[in-house]
Amino acid sequence: MKHLSGLLVFLMLISGHTLSAKTISVCASCSVKSIKSGIEIADAFDTLLIKKGTYKEFNILINKPLTLLGDKFPVIDGEDQGEIIRIASDNVTIDGLFIINVGTSYTSDYAAIRVVKSENFLIQNVVLEKLFFGIYLEKSNNGRVYHNKIIGDAVDEYNSGNGIQLWYSKNVEVDRNIVQGVRDGIYLEFSDNITINNNISTNNLRYGLHFMFSNDDIYTNNTFENNGAGVAVMFSKRIKMVGNTFKKNWGAAAFGMLLKEINDAEIYGNTFEENTIGINIEGSNRIQYKNNNFIKNGWAIKVLGACYTNTFSKNNFLYNSFDISYNSKLNDNVFDQNYWSNYTGYDLDKNGIGDVPYRPVKLFSYIVNRTPETIVLLRSLFMDIIDFSEKVSPVFTPDNLLDANPLMKRTI
Amino acid sequence: MIQVQGLHKKFSKNQVLTGLDLDIENGGIFAILGPNGSGKTTLIKIILGMVIADKGAVSVFGKPIKNKWKYRQEIKYLPQIANFPSNLRVRELIRMIKDLRQQTSEEEQLIELFGLKPFLDKKLATLSGGTKQKVNIVLAFMFDSPLLILDEPTTGLDPSALISLKELIQKEKEKEKGKTILVTSHIMQFVEEVADEIVYLLEGKIYFRGSISELMEKTTQTDFEHAIAAIATKTTNA
Amino acid sequence: MLKILKYSFYDLMRSRWSYVYFLFYLALGFVLLFLNNDVSKAVITLMNVIIVLVPLIGTIFGVMYYYDSKEFTELLLAQPLKRSSIFLGQYLGVACSLTLSLVLGLGIPFLLYGLFKSDVIFDFSLLLVTGAFLTLIFTAIAFNIAISNENKIKGFGYAVLAWLFLAVIYDGLFLMSLIIFEEYPLDSFSLAATMLNPIDLSRTLILLKLDISALLGYTGAVFKQFFGTNQGLIIAILMLILWTVLPVWRLVYKSKKKDF
Repeated sequence: MKHLSGLLVFLMLISGHTLSAKTISVCASCSVKSIKSGIEIADAFDTLLIKKGTYKEFNILINKPLTLLGDKFPVIDGEDQGEIIRIASDNVTIDGLFIINVGTSYTSDYAAIRVVKSENFLIQNVVLEKLFFGIYLEKSNNGRVYHNKIIGDAVDEYNSGNGIQLWYSKNVEVDRNIVQGVRDGIYLEFSDNITINNNISTNNLRYGLHFMFSNDDIYTNNTFENNGAGVAVMFSKRIKMVGNTFKKNWGAAAFGMLLKEINDAEIYGNTFEENTIGINIEGSNRIQYKNNNFIKNGWAIKVLGACYTNTFSKNNFLYNSFDISYNSKLNDNVFDQNYWSNYTGYDLDKNGIGDVPYRPVKLFSYIVNRTPETIVLLRSLFMDIIDFSEKVSPVFTPDNLLDANPLMKRTI
Repeated sequence: MIQVQGLHKKFSKNQVLTGLDLDIENGGIFAILGPNGSGKTTLIKIILGMVIADKGAVSVFGKPIKNKWKYRQEIKYLPQIANFPSNLRVRELIRMIKDLRQQTSEEEQLIELFGLKPFLDKKLATLSGGTKQKVNIVLAFMFDSPLLILDEPTTGLDPSALISLKELIQKEKEKEKGKTILVTSHIMQFVEEVADEIVYLLEGKIYFRGSISELMEKTTQTDFEHAIAAIATKTTNA
Repeated sequence: MLKILKYSFYDLMRSRWSYVYFLFYLALGFVLLFLNNDVSKAVITLMNVIIVLVPLIGTIFGVMYYYDSKEFTELLLAQPLKRSSIFLGQYLGVACSLTLSLVLGLGIPFLLYGLFKSDVIFDFSLLLVTGAFLTLIFTAIAFNIAISNENKIKGFGYAVLAWLFLAVIYDGLFLMSLIIFEEYPLDSFSLAATMLNPIDLSRTLILLKLDISALLGYTGAVFKQFFGTNQGLIIAILMLILWTVLPVWRLVYKSKKKDF
């Protein structure tokens, strides 16, 4: 559907061009010297060909269906005055611009490109630097944000904005973007049916990707590295998370993924590597975790508060300092047929499944939850002895928290 | 050659030497005698620097030995109990000691003399007590030095080896004027045969010093062994 | 000293135990790598072995060698040799042969496995360096205990006790004090307590590589500074060197005063 609409826009542009649309060149030596005046004289479905050069403009309003095409990345310098481009019309394409110096404000969210109540937009090949907000979609549906590069230099959360923000927007495709150095790489609020694929979101202050009150979204094959936390999914339903990589999100409150009040999500085939906490789960129910890799995390999964009927199956837990941590004695979640590198059991009947159940929660993880400094005793012989005795007769850890069918070999 | 002044030594609660003075001039064979536990071995070990005295001064070759080690180059020592690293072969042990001392040695004759040839490639752990003692003697005598200290050299030796040992000691004495030999032994016959002078230790001090004839005179005994026994009983009675 | 080292070293190279130790590590390395086919897991298992077994073997071997070579020592003492060089030589002989057994025993299987192509090479070399340090430290501690105790049985007892204390009991007391005083800021204390035990120190050094993600989860500023920067690595290595030097220094000091 989305692809179809995109195609439609494209066809319309092409046909518009051949039938009645014209191309207006903008450059320092052209008759049209500024983008604003170009938009003014253009008719609907015209193309503005912006030649190489620097255009010191801001508050550019696009109020008719136009294509703004940059030739060799012309620079639009907002000189920190405020918003730079506002799209307030359907069927607008922005392609190949280099936009810098968006104004910073504590009262309004200035963006490099803001789309307001418009449909069928396409924003691609845009490079944004020195920005506040990057691409801001506001109540705009059926659009595409493709292959853009957003490089921020945010230092503090309170005076920085998000790279790509969707607010009350539906059916938008966010694909192959690179976002770094902003507050949230990609932020969704009240936005449903969004597809987020193949993006690389790194070094952001808060989250690589952030969902709030957004349902039925899917994100696949993205990479989240070294953010405050990789992905935060909060108060949302039916989110699909497939094949993403969460890496090196280090710090006291750093997670590969944070799930808070999430229901009915599917988390398949993701890789969580070297995060302080792979997945931090709070009050989330009916989530399927399957075929994920948890590699060398501090805690692969940390479960806080009430989480019911979650299923963890066919995952690989490899060399994590702690596999699972619980803060309660209750367990209503199922662990089945996972591979645990810490498993020391045997498989006498050679069916590939260990004959002794694996208990992924160690007593030591309780002690560390209670007294964090004890982390320095990790892997000491004394702790191993204590953990062993707890394993033999569980006192502090949930009795039924075990993987009855631990795999002997890695899956996938 | 050796000056010892006011030597005190205590092993935990056991006071072994209590202000011992001894002056041994150049040349001659001195037998250090005394009952068990009288401090003979301790005295020798202090002279060698193996035991450190609590109080008192020791000079060897006219120089104080405290914290020194080079003077041992000039001393040959035959320890009381012949214990060796058990992993080594006899040949290796000899080579090692030569390597450590870096002095000219004449072990060939000595090996011949004590018939050690067949044992050269045997491990020291497999040797009998007597054979070990022979190796011990070879190690002590193969270097040429002005001071010789022999602690119970006769232990475990068969008669022919004992004769060879006595000859060796005599030869050492004649080889060069001014060679000094200290020897301890419980075999009085051996002492009588080799010693020029007797130093008798008792309760951590020198109780008697002089020649064998002086000793016999003093104890009014005609037999050396009895004379020695007499000093011992005299003191225990007194 | 080098001569004594040479002879002690040869002596040990000839002894059955060096080979047992070497073969043990060789077998361990092969079993871990070729039966498991998982280098990362092998490195983690090795860490446990190195933290527990290397100090134990260093201690027992050190005490054993000291008592066994008593005759050798006495023979040497009568030679024109410096006392400190006799003991240092013997100590280094033992420590070097143990270290060599460890490094070769583990190194050969890992080399054959093609470790250089793997990215755990740094973790592995850190393991070996730590193992070498632990050998040096615990052999020195063992020599210290042996030189202070004429009685062989007593010496052995104290040595095993020292190992048990540093390997297990210390951490138990450490954990208890952390839990009892949990209301207080404890990060400086816990780092200091770690520094005072060479086993904990080595463990920390390895944790810096293996579990850095978990270590960074704690909020304390001192921890962050220690684990988050190179400072931790540098301090830990300096402390390990200090831990090696101190017992060796005491050994030299004691050897000057001892009677034989």
